[in-house]
Amino acid sequence: MAEISYRDAVARGIAQEMARDKDVVFLGEDVAKAGGCFKATVGLYEQFGPLRVRDTPISEQAILGAAMGAAMTGLKPIAEIMFSDFIAVCFDYIANEFPKSRYMSNGQTKCPLVVRTGNGAGSRFGAQHSQSVENWCMMIPGLKVVAPSSPRDVIGLLAAAVRDPDPVIFFEHKSLYPIKGEVPDGEIVDTLGTAKILRPGTDCTILALALMVPRALEAAERLKAEHGIDAEVVDVRSLVPLDTQTILGSVGRTHRLFTVEENPRLCGWGAEIVSIVADEAFYDLDGPPVRITTPHIPLPAADHLEDMVLPTADRIVETVRRSLNS
Amino acid sequence: MKAMAAKPTTAGTPANDDIGEAKRLALYRSQIRLREAEQRAFDLFLQNLVKGTSHLSLGQEAVAAGFAEAMQKGDLSFCTYRGHAHTLARGVSVEKVLGELMQKDNGLMRGKGGSMHLTSEDHGVMGSYAIIGAHLPIACGAAWRAQYRGDKDVSVCFFGDGTTNIGAFHEALNFAAVWKLPVVFVCENNLYMEYTPIGDVTAVPSPAGDRAAAYGLPKIVIDGNDADVVYREAQKAFAKARAGEGPSLIECLTYRHSGHSRADPAKYRPEGELERWKERDPIKIYRERLKQFGVSEQVMAEIDADVRREVDAATEACKAAPMPPTDILFTDVYADGGWAWRN
Ligand SMILES: Cc1ncc(C[n+]2csc(CCOP(=O)(O)OP(=O)(O)O)c2C)c(N)n1
Ligand SMILES: [Mg+2]
Repeated sequence: MAEISYRDAVARGIAQEMARDKDVVFLGEDVAKAGGCFKATVGLYEQFGPLRVRDTPISEQAILGAAMGAAMTGLKPIAEIMFSDFIAVCFDYIANEFPKSRYMSNGQTKCPLVVRTGNGAGSRFGAQHSQSVENWCMMIPGLKVVAPSSPRDVIGLLAAAVRDPDPVIFFEHKSLYPIKGEVPDGEIVDTLGTAKILRPGTDCTILALALMVPRALEAAERLKAEHGIDAEVVDVRSLVPLDTQTILGSVGRTHRLFTVEENPRLCGWGAEIVSIVADEAFYDLDGPPVRITTPHIPLPAADHLEDMVLPTADRIVETVRRSLNS
Repeated sequence: MKAMAAKPTTAGTPANDDIGEAKRLALYRSQIRLREAEQRAFDLFLQNLVKGTSHLSLGQEAVAAGFAEAMQKGDLSFCTYRGHAHTLARGVSVEKVLGELMQKDNGLMRGKGGSMHLTSEDHGVMGSYAIIGAHLPIACGAAWRAQYRGDKDVSVCFFGDGTTNIGAFHEALNFAAVWKLPVVFVCENNLYMEYTPIGDVTAVPSPAGDRAAAYGLPKIVIDGNDADVVYREAQKAFAKARAGEGPSLIECLTYRHSGHSRADPAKYRPEGELERWKERDPIKIYRERLKQFGVSEQVMAEIDADVRREVDAATEACKAAPMPPTDILFTDVYADGGWAWRN
C-alpha cells in the first residue's frame, strides 16, 4: 500500500500496461519529453522510449485517426487529448469512426484503443478549458465511457480500458490530479461497467462521478451529522457500460435518488439515469428524483463565479435536506 | 478553368517502359472488371434494385487498377465512399459488392454498411470512409503500426481533389511526413468536389501537388487515366515507403463519367467536357496500348467475356439472395458481438 496522487496514478497505470504488453503505445501533444501538460505522464518516455511514447503535432484529428489505424491493425494505442474540450475538434473519430467501424463492417473491424483526456472545471480556465463532456460521448453507441474519482480507480480502470477490445474514452478530472489516495502494491485491474457504493446509507441514494464524488461524500457526512440523514453515495465510475443493477438496487433500498453532475443541465448523464429509474423503479421511489447540476450556461473563469455554478457539498446538503423534508 | 491547368496528355501514349505482358493483361482485366461491375451497378440502380446512394468511379478505373496491381498481399487500402472500384481491384468479388449495394444478405457487410463503407479486411480493404478526409489520419495509424513492428506493408489512402481542402488532409500529411510513415496518399483529381469545380474553391492549380511542398514532399501530378503510368508511380512510392523513406502524395488527373452520386445528373459540366475526357477514357487508352504491344482483339474479347460472366453470375446471385435477417441489427456494436450498454 502506498499513498499516491491521482496524477501519478495515471503514469503508473499507463506504465503497468505498457510493461505488460508491447502492443500498448502512447501518443499525444507534449506527452513524451515534457511529461504532459498536467505532468501526468512524467517518466514514461524515459522508461519506454521514443518508439512507444510519442509526441505529436497539434493535430487532434491526426492523433485520434492514427490511434484508430494502429488499433485496427493490431496495436493498443492510448491517445491523449490534452483538454476534453478539444474533443470538439476531433469529434468525427469519437462520433463517426471509432464506434461505427465494427458495426458497419459487419464485425470485421476492431478498434481497441483508449482516449485519455483532462476533463472538468475547478482550474478557472474558462468556458473552453473546463467543461465536463463525458455526456458528449455517452450518447454514442459503440463507445465505452469511464471517469474515475480516485488514484486507485485511475489505475484499475485505465488497465481495464487498455485491455478492453472496444474504444474507451477515459475522462480524468483535472481538479483531481493533486488529490492523494491509498493504492495497493502490484498490478491493479478493475472492471468496466461497475459502479461502487462508497458509503452505504438508508435514506437516499446520491449518484456522483469524478470530482462530484468527493463532494457527494462530504455532503453525506454532513447530512448525517447535521440532519440525521443517512445517504448512500454511489460512484458511477462507468457511464457505458452502465451498472444499472447497482443503481437500481440502491434506489430500491433508499427510495430516493439524487444525481450530482458537473455537466450543464441539458442531457447530462443524470437525465438518462433518472429516466431509467423512472421506467424501471418508479414504484420504489418515495419522491421525485432530483438532479443537482451545473446550470445551463458556459463556464465562467473567475473563482467566485465558477464556484457558484458547480455543484458543491453545500448545495448537495441543502438540496437533499429540502427534498427529504418536504 | 484553373482546374484544367494541368493538361492531360493525348490518347494512346505508350508508357515510358514496358511493364511486361502479364502485368499488362492483369491491368486490362482489372479495368474492364471495374467498368463492367460499376456499369452493372448503374443499370441495377435504374431498375431500382440498387438502393441507397452510390458513387461510381466510371472513368477513373486506371487509378484503382494501377495501384491495386502494384500492391502486394498485406498492403492496406483505405478508400472513400467512392470505393467500389478500389475494393474490387483488391480482389473482392463482384457478388459481394453488388450484394451490398442491393442490400442483400450476400453483401460484403450484409447490408450493415452500404455502398459507402465497403470493407474487406481479408483483402486488405480496411474500410471506405464517408466523412471527407477522415481516413487519411487512420491510414497514418496503420502505417505507424507497420513502422513500429517493422512490418513491410504499405498503407495506401485514396481520396478526391475536394478532400485536399479539409483539415484532416493537412494534419495527416504533416503527421506522416514528421513520423516518416510508410503511407501513400493518392489524390484522384476528377476536377470536381461534388458539384463545384475544384479550381473555384482551391488556392492553387494542383490541389494535392501544389500542397506537397508544405510537407517537404515532391510535387507529383500524373496522368491518372493511363494505368501504366499509375502503376509505375505506385511502385516508386511503395518502394520508398518500404525502404523507410516516408510518405508520398500523388495526384492523379482523371475524370468521372457519371455524376457525383446516383442522384446527380452532372448538369454543371461545361458543354463538351465529358466528350473530351471520354476521348481519354482509360479503357480506350489501354486497348490501344495492348494493340501496340501486339495483343490481339481476340485475347481482349476473351477477357471481356470472362469478366462479363462474373458480373452476370454475380447479378443473378444477388437477385436471388435473401434480404439480411433482422437479428443482425443488434450484432457487432461491441466486440463481444452484441450491443449491451448496461447490465
Ligand atoms: C466532412 C464532409 N463534408 C462534406 C461531405 C459531403 N461530400 C461528400 S462527397 C463530397 C465531395 C468530395 O469531393 P472529392 O474529394 O473531390 O471526391 P470525389 O467525390 O470527387 O471523388 C462532399 C462535399 C462529406 N461527406 N464529409
Ligand atoms: Mg473530386
